[in-house]
Amino acid sequence: MSRQTGHSDTTWQRIAIALPYLWLLIFFLAPFAIILKISFADPVIAMPPFTPTFGDDGTLQITLDNYAFLFTDKLYAVTYLKSVLMAASATALCLLLGFPIAYGIARAEPETRNILLLLIVLPFWISFLLRVYAWMGLLNNYGVINNLLMWTGITDQPLAMMYTDFAIYIGLVYSYLPFMILPLYATLERMDLDLVEAAQDLGATSTVAFWNITWPLSRPGVIAGCLLVFIPATGEYVIPYLLGGPESLLIGRVLFDEFFTNRDWPLASAVAIVLIFLVVIPIVILQRNQAKATENAA
Amino acid sequence: MTARSSNSAFIEVRKLSKHFGDFVAVDAVSLEIERGELFSILGGSGCGKTTLLRMLAGFETPTSGQIFLDGVDITNQPPYERPVNMMFQSYAVFPHMTVEQNVAYGLKKERLPKEETASRVREMLSLVKLDDFGARKPNQLSGGQRQRVALARALVKKPKVLLLDEPLAALDKKLREHTQFELMNIQDELGITFVVVTHDQEEAMILSNRIAVMEKGQFEQIGTPKEVYEFPRNRFVADFIGTINTFDGVVQNSADGIVTVASDECGQSLRALCDKPPRNGSDVCIAVRPEKIFISQHKPDNQEDACLKGVVEDLGYFGNLSLYRVRLATGKVVQVSSQNRRRSIERSFDWDDNVYISWRPRSALVLEP
Repeated sequence: MSRQTGHSDTTWQRIAIALPYLWLLIFFLAPFAIILKISFADPVIAMPPFTPTFGDDGTLQITLDNYAFLFTDKLYAVTYLKSVLMAASATALCLLLGFPIAYGIARAEPETRNILLLLIVLPFWISFLLRVYAWMGLLNNYGVINNLLMWTGITDQPLAMMYTDFAIYIGLVYSYLPFMILPLYATLERMDLDLVEAAQDLGATSTVAFWNITWPLSRPGVIAGCLLVFIPATGEYVIPYLLGGPESLLIGRVLFDEFFTNRDWPLASAVAIVLIFLVVIPIVILQRNQAKATENAA
Repeated sequence: MTARSSNSAFIEVRKLSKHFGDFVAVDAVSLEIERGELFSILGGSGCGKTTLLRMLAGFETPTSGQIFLDGVDITNQPPYERPVNMMFQSYAVFPHMTVEQNVAYGLKKERLPKEETASRVREMLSLVKLDDFGARKPNQLSGGQRQRVALARALVKKPKVLLLDEPLAALDKKLREHTQFELMNIQDELGITFVVVTHDQEEAMILSNRIAVMEKGQFEQIGTPKEVYEFPRNRFVADFIGTINTFDGVVQNSADGIVTVASDECGQSLRALCDKPPRNGSDVCIAVRPEKIFISQHKPDNQEDACLKGVVEDLGYFGNLSLYRVRLATGKVVQVSSQNRRRSIERSFDWDDNVYISWRPRSALVLEP
């Protein structure tokens, strides 16, 4: 009897472990393999619009032309750089804004804490697209903000905020701030407040105690929050498309244009693959650092 | 600029209060602690002892009152400027620093030269017997070792006062006993004044020179462990520290320092020694500790002693002593403990045995009801 339950237990355990792997296999690894395959093909006007990996005679037909093109045309390097820099700045802004907010929530009374957390998550109830559209209404030349500024007489002309990098930053920070706050909150809330008091007791002012104790101990939250903001912000398409100007060409936009306007699937795939590596490399470095830190601690 | 205390006490707490909204955590307490003393504040949870300790450390600002340390008013000094250090109940050892870095932290904040810091850290680690653990991280230490890191970290700053919040609460029994004596030795060696907060009366009794028993934000009694145990000032203290049997009654008469009390609870009058006998006819309570009571099969012949007849209702064997619950004819249950002096497999008394319990008049206390 007991042996039987033991047996079915391990079966269930295996199924439970297999499920996430299966999920990743179907929805991440397989699409990734397909994109990778396309990135090594030539574009053709056909259905599908790229050459098959194996020719009629069974020979391997792969080309590195797409990658070569990415590295010769300056446009791509500039766009990648701009996207990464913009995402990094937006991440830094989110951290700057998110840390005090997360800290405040973590130190609030337990009853108010839940309400504050709810307020952070509340915007997700409204469609992401709608919220970005709402910013258009706020930021454009005859939008709420400019009208208010002119009505109060602070300016006599509308400020050009819409279709600038400024508007993109507003959109990025506004949209991704919750992803920074939540992991930060999780680490700060767990932190033992006695540690900060102990530092003060040993001669540290509140500011020094913050930098000596709170900041290093919130590192896991900082890293998690930064990754959650930086990765999607790098490839962001909707926000720059709706709020940014035509000159603020970012990699998400390039990717979209190559796929749908130029119908050059192989080049678009190559753009996507390079983007993945650009984003994955910092993660690997961070994770290795983290692993080392835990190793030292253990 | 700094006001000086007129008093010679090392720590003087003067009418100190702390209110949290409507709640009065500490209610105008005054206290004097001598230099080099090991002083305990003992009380149940919510009695205000931790708030008092936190005010001494500087983590709470008093609502009113003053604290003087070595003649200097430190009431409004921030924690990082007070020559006072604290050992937290949770130990609060910094998890991201090694043992050495933990102990050195306070000295680094003082900007002491590197060599001096290193030598003082080494000295302190050897005092708490952690010489070989300097490079370890806190998660590689046992609870007892972490506590010693916390102790070393607080002591390395050579504070005038060390505050200890429930220092033994998280340790197992054997380690507690060991640590108790170690703390006392360290205190003796360094001569630093220790103020301990605890809810554990045993811990307070063994560790301290003096104990303050606290309840509802006030001190019920301040005295040596012996005074507090043998001469509790009121029923709360008598009850809180150790076990005690109480008999309510009315004073019949008093002569030559001996009070005779008629008690319905035990069905006869009891005699007790008392310096300041209460008026005849006033309600009092006679209190006797279980170990002061003798239990015997036959009626003892000493006429001076209080002697009651009862039946053994329950008994417990603790190895070194036995505990009896004796039910009197009135229904009152009295606790008696007796040393197991003779080695024997037989029980001296059994359930439902008829026994006599007796005690000397000077073993009994007269308390307010």
